Amino acid sequence: MKVLITGVAGLVGQRLARQLCAEGHEVIGIDRRRFADVPAGLHLCHVDLRKRAAEEVFRHYRPEVVVHMATIEHLFAESEERYRVNLGGTRAVFEQCRRHGAAHAIFVGRHTYYGAGPDSPLYHTEDEPPLGLASYPELADLVAADLYAGSALWRFPELVTTVLRVCYSLGPSGHGTLATLLKRRLVPAVLGFDPLAQLMHEADVVDAIATAIRARPRGVFNVCGPSPLPLSVLVRETGRRLVPIPEPLIAAALGRFGLPKLSRGALGHLKHSIVVDGSAFRRATGFVHTRDEAQAMTEFAAAFPARRPRAA
Amino acid sequence: MQLAGAGSLHAELEDRIERLEIPWNRFGYDPYGASKRHLVRTLLPFCWAYRHYFGVRVHGIANVPARGRAMLVGNHSGGIALDAAMVIAAMLLELDPPRLAHGMADRFLSRWPFLAVLAQRCGQMTGLPEHAERLLEAERLLLVFPEGAHGTEKLYRQRYSLVDFGTGFVRLALAAKAPIVPFAFLGGGEAIPTVANAYKLGRRFGAPYLPVTPWVLPLPLPVRLDIHFGEPVVLGGTGDEDDEVVAAHVERVKLAIAGLIAHGKRVRRVGATRGAGATP
Repeated sequence: MKVLITGVAGLVGQRLARQLCAEGHEVIGIDRRRFADVPAGLHLCHVDLRKRAAEEVFRHYRPEVVVHMATIEHLFAESEERYRVNLGGTRAVFEQCRRHGAAHAIFVGRHTYYGAGPDSPLYHTEDEPPLGLASYPELADLVAADLYAGSALWRFPELVTTVLRVCYSLGPSGHGTLATLLKRRLVPAVLGFDPLAQLMHEADVVDAIATAIRARPRGVFNVCGPSPLPLSVLVRETGRRLVPIPEPLIAAALGRFGLPKLSRGALGHLKHSIVVDGSAFRRATGFVHTRDEAQAMTEFAAAFPARRPRAA
Repeated sequence: MQLAGAGSLHAELEDRIERLEIPWNRFGYDPYGASKRHLVRTLLPFCWAYRHYFGVRVHGIANVPARGRAMLVGNHSGGIALDAAMVIAAMLLELDPPRLAHGMADRFLSRWPFLAVLAQRCGQMTGLPEHAERLLEAERLLLVFPEGAHGTEKLYRQRYSLVDFGTGFVRLALAAKAPIVPFAFLGGGEAIPTVANAYKLGRRFGAPYLPVTPWVLPLPLPVRLDIHFGEPVVLGGTGDEDDEVVAAHVERVKLAIAGLIAHGKRVRRVGATRGAGATP
């Protein structure tokens, strides 16, 4: 099978490319970033997804399956740039898929689509609208890209579209939102709150996408692994220290005293849970996670031991 | 200082929570955020009060299914959720194997620091239809007070009355094909005699109101409490019926509860004159 991966130089992209190459698929990767030791069998194209050169990649290789992962997820980038890449890139990918006869397009999105709020149900199902935008406008471009990808389901009925909303990943690479929060020794928390967080081992995320390629399910699917755990347990099990801060003070404390800097919107995620129901994906594809939450936390903690302050 | 019987109760509670038929993960959490450790720690004082402070009497416990989905539906009694806590304690202490009753709490609870976490760790969730559907689907035991906040608002003189019932619980029971176990809770109004409700002050704290007793704070008196469980009501349908049909079902459940309250009042009078617990 010919598979094109956009954003192939990202952590999940690289691993997916390696796995697919090893399975004997022809893999084409698009990314503007550097990619050290490209696996044999991967055609890497350093092009911008929204430029003409990317169109040439689609025209030349005519991939059967396209996995779209070229989205900026961290919030350090300017919002205009994020909109250009996340929404513009997604639009370009689906246009090219339709124009060059791809059979299956997979959009890899995130479970933060649903937002965190006091009134939202504990387990989100795929039919729910995004409710967190009012409190976390920085996520608007990712939500828009998710919904735009989903619109391909009715706009291009001949193309099988799969939208994945993947929960937090954790593992030895230290990549991802959750890993970023847990990297330092001190992890901020809002006093009096302890949200449930859903995490899966980063290798299971790769497996889930590979499963979606094989099973080719049509629709929008939450992807998750083990049942959720409170943030406090995650912090404890990875050898970190929870620093509960009263809500009125937390905005001022972040970025100081060894605490990471977080955007105001992200504070909602420290108060209320975002937990998704992944049963539809399991039913449609037969996906089963093979690594549990303890393994993900242990491997992360081993790769990133909590740095103790220098002994006096 | 240790309260009388707290030590042995602690061991019993630990054992009972261990015997709950719930899929705990290796950290002792269930998929809805309840935790074994928190259940023991939080429910211990309530279970102690159940046994030794109120001396709760439970009648008709055999009407609660030992396994499988079911909905406990009853009247509110007392200005704070003492009734819910005592029903939860009853399900843990009186059933064998014990069951965890999942209360469907008012929305304000999830906004309160500490209390929101504590409620979740004890399996108590916001009263959203999504939560009820999911828990019934998982064959759990639901605890519903269809009077809602208006039920806990009842003043001392209204303590045995029933206010309007919401209808959502009947639609959920119909759709999930879950039996409804009606129950009457008696004595909450005497334990916490509400003389007034402070609505403005309550709203300031994000709650609908705060109950005011003759001694201002809603601290309960050591009054004997009675819980009467009635025969399960099994409704046939899909949950998609017209409002009139649903209203008739609601009325049936309400009548069953009113009947249990009337019966319970007689039992309490007899109990008071004889000075001992009488079982019908």
